[in-house]
Amino acid sequence: MLRRVTQQTADITASDASLRRFLHGLPGVDQVGAESRAARLGTRSIKTSSKQWALDLAIRMVDLTTLEGMDTPGKVRALATKAMRPDPADPTCPPTAAVCVYPDMVGIAKETLGDSGVQVAAVATAFPSGRAALDIKLADTKDAVEAGADEIDMVIDRGAFLSGRYLQVYDEIVAVREACARPDGSSAHLKVIFETGELQTYDNVRRVSWLAMLAGAHFIKTSTGKIQPAATLPVTLILLEAVRDFHAATGQMVGVKPAGGIRTAKDAIKYLVMVNETVGEAWLDPHWFRFGASTLLNDLLMQRTKMLTGRYSGPDYFTLD
Amino acid sequence: MTSSPANPFEYAPAPESTSILNLQPSYGLFIDGEFVATKDGHAYKTINPANEEVLAEITEAGSADVDAAVRAARRAYEKVWSKLPGSERAKYLYRIARIIAERSRELAVLESLNNGKPIRESRDVDVPLVSAHFFYYAGWADKLEYAGYGTTPHGVAAQVIPWNFPLLMLAWKVAPALACGNTVVLKPAETTPLTALVFAEICQQADLPPGVVNIVTGAGETGQALVAHPDVNKVAFTGSTGVGKAIARTIAGTTKKATLELGGKAANIVFDDAPIDQAVEGIVDGIFFNQGHVCCAGSRLLVQESVYDEVLERLKRRMSTLRLGDPLDKNTDVGAINSAEQLQRIRELSDHGDSEGAARWSAACDLPSKGFWFPPTIFTGVSQAHRIAREEIFGPVLSVLTFRTPAEAVEKANNTPYGLSAGIWTEKGSRILWTAERLRAGVVWANTFNQFDPTSPFGGYKESGYGREGGKHGLAAYLATATDATTHGGAR
Repeated sequence: MLRRVTQQTADITASDASLRRFLHGLPGVDQVGAESRAARLGTRSIKTSSKQWALDLAIRMVDLTTLEGMDTPGKVRALATKAMRPDPADPTCPPTAAVCVYPDMVGIAKETLGDSGVQVAAVATAFPSGRAALDIKLADTKDAVEAGADEIDMVIDRGAFLSGRYLQVYDEIVAVREACARPDGSSAHLKVIFETGELQTYDNVRRVSWLAMLAGAHFIKTSTGKIQPAATLPVTLILLEAVRDFHAATGQMVGVKPAGGIRTAKDAIKYLVMVNETVGEAWLDPHWFRFGASTLLNDLLMQRTKMLTGRYSGPDYFTLD
Repeated sequence: MTSSPANPFEYAPAPESTSILNLQPSYGLFIDGEFVATKDGHAYKTINPANEEVLAEITEAGSADVDAAVRAARRAYEKVWSKLPGSERAKYLYRIARIIAERSRELAVLESLNNGKPIRESRDVDVPLVSAHFFYYAGWADKLEYAGYGTTPHGVAAQVIPWNFPLLMLAWKVAPALACGNTVVLKPAETTPLTALVFAEICQQADLPPGVVNIVTGAGETGQALVAHPDVNKVAFTGSTGVGKAIARTIAGTTKKATLELGGKAANIVFDDAPIDQAVEGIVDGIFFNQGHVCCAGSRLLVQESVYDEVLERLKRRMSTLRLGDPLDKNTDVGAINSAEQLQRIRELSDHGDSEGAARWSAACDLPSKGFWFPPTIFTGVSQAHRIAREEIFGPVLSVLTFRTPAEAVEKANNTPYGLSAGIWTEKGSRILWTAERLRAGVVWANTFNQFDPTSPFGGYKESGYGREGGKHGLAAYLATATDATTHGGAR
């Protein structure tokens, strides 16, 4: 069935009917089986040198996030400063991958981060509900790109997806990806958020993953963090399997970003084990896997310090931003 | 921080500690509540199959020992156990269940050490099920009259168990026997006696009346003496079909009742509308769980031809992520083969696969230099006529066959002298029902494989044996019908 993707994407997306045929022709997901596989991977025991390596990698994969109505320039500057140097007491601690903010905060974040290498990701397209007209979503995206966003985290129209208007969802992603283009010919990276907590079934999650990848997503992302459940291990497993199969069919790599609800280093390591054993070590890189998180970072830092010093220090020794 | 350049996420060793064990250098026989020296047997050594190191010296019981054990069981039956109300028997079983749960880590480590199975399985599957089994049958002990099989026990049960799930098979045998009011003499497998001997300690810890459980270690001759003993009322055996047939012959013409759980060559059927990723997991769990030392292992994969390439490609990729090695490492998926003898048999049958023209493929993995190891292996191009499609290999070796239509799948699945288990993979509910209805196998799993629960009966068709263990049905094997009671001369 998956072999059919080697047909032109154009054939698949020629009409709602053909796209539907393709998505519904993907193998189903057995819920019990998928959840038990995810739980089994969660029992891996990662110790000593592997744990140290995994903690540093997880820090480098964090999209340090603040998405609140009460966000201010001060808050965003503090977060950006932390992203560049998460552990002020230890210069060997790597920076995070990115900070993730609303579009109006992109300029502040960019100014603080400068050429540190930490990326600025902006949630656009009427985040988190996505309930706005397409031209407003596109304007939102262009604004963020113009303000200097390196990455755009868009939301799909879940209403359209759930009512079976797959082509509309596809076209929107294509349009947003075009809006990510910069005048110099380069383009902001596009992450497509599914809000899997609203799509609910694993079959839907597999279908939407393929839909987004066919539409040109650079990254596929589970959640906004505003809806429960947000990221879970089984949902991320379905995303990773889709990415693996898409790569096998097309040769293209797509990134994966679980977001929301990942708060402990122990959980983060479970995700890395899952990446390692599902898509393989090529994806163990901030370019291909990210964590959308805020409180996770401090737990990673605490565990890292514990590994290096042999002692736990209290939460007061890590900055709250 | 450090990172190894070759594979940055090569999991560092995470071995479970053996310091929790309290192993004796040598063990006697557990008869009448005490560990005693042998009368006419001799000592042998039990080893760790992962490195061939000696773990302890064990007693091979002679016929005089077996006789002493059966006499102790008879005494305990007549004087104590058959006189206790069910609610009192239940208390002992609950106590045993709780002690097993409390000592679960110790039992898991010991099981992995003596059997070679990964600690992940002994910790997450074997030992929790053992405890659950005792809890489950404890609940039945005072409710037998509602089960519909009467309330009269047979008397003394002779129980002979295999090496693949040493403690779990003990639980399957001992828990229902005691719940129904029988006393037991149990013989663990020659290569895996240690958890049974710790179970004997647990019986002491639980203050179980002496003689209710007796454990005689040894090999085939000990088992033969036990089964043939004239004062045994009931025989329960799990193991190979060959030995099962010998036992059936031994007890023919006697009033002894028997349940036999024997071999299998289960078909795992993957239809083209299966949830493919989960099916691949199920194939892996079906044949590589416990190194394939599972009587209900899904050792014949039947794949619909239209998805054959896709399933095979995914299966091979998944097999490449299996981690083979130290059974005590928490990240090990595939452990050691239990004995040199079993390894020899697996090699021999696999070589037959080669010579009969099937194509062998093994996941690339380094086998440890000491101990008994066999890599996870599949054979493709297998036909029904090949020995590897007909005989039970009892190892991590999968034979892959194809089919075109559901009818052909059922025909091939049933075309075996065995009938213990089968698996069906399809997203279509009606196809599950249609297929399951036609499969002659005791257990049929749909979109899963190798799942066990004390509430569910388990047992085979045809040469896979007779009688059911587990669930309410499992009580029937340990209760006498009205006519049985008369022929025993033991009417109560």
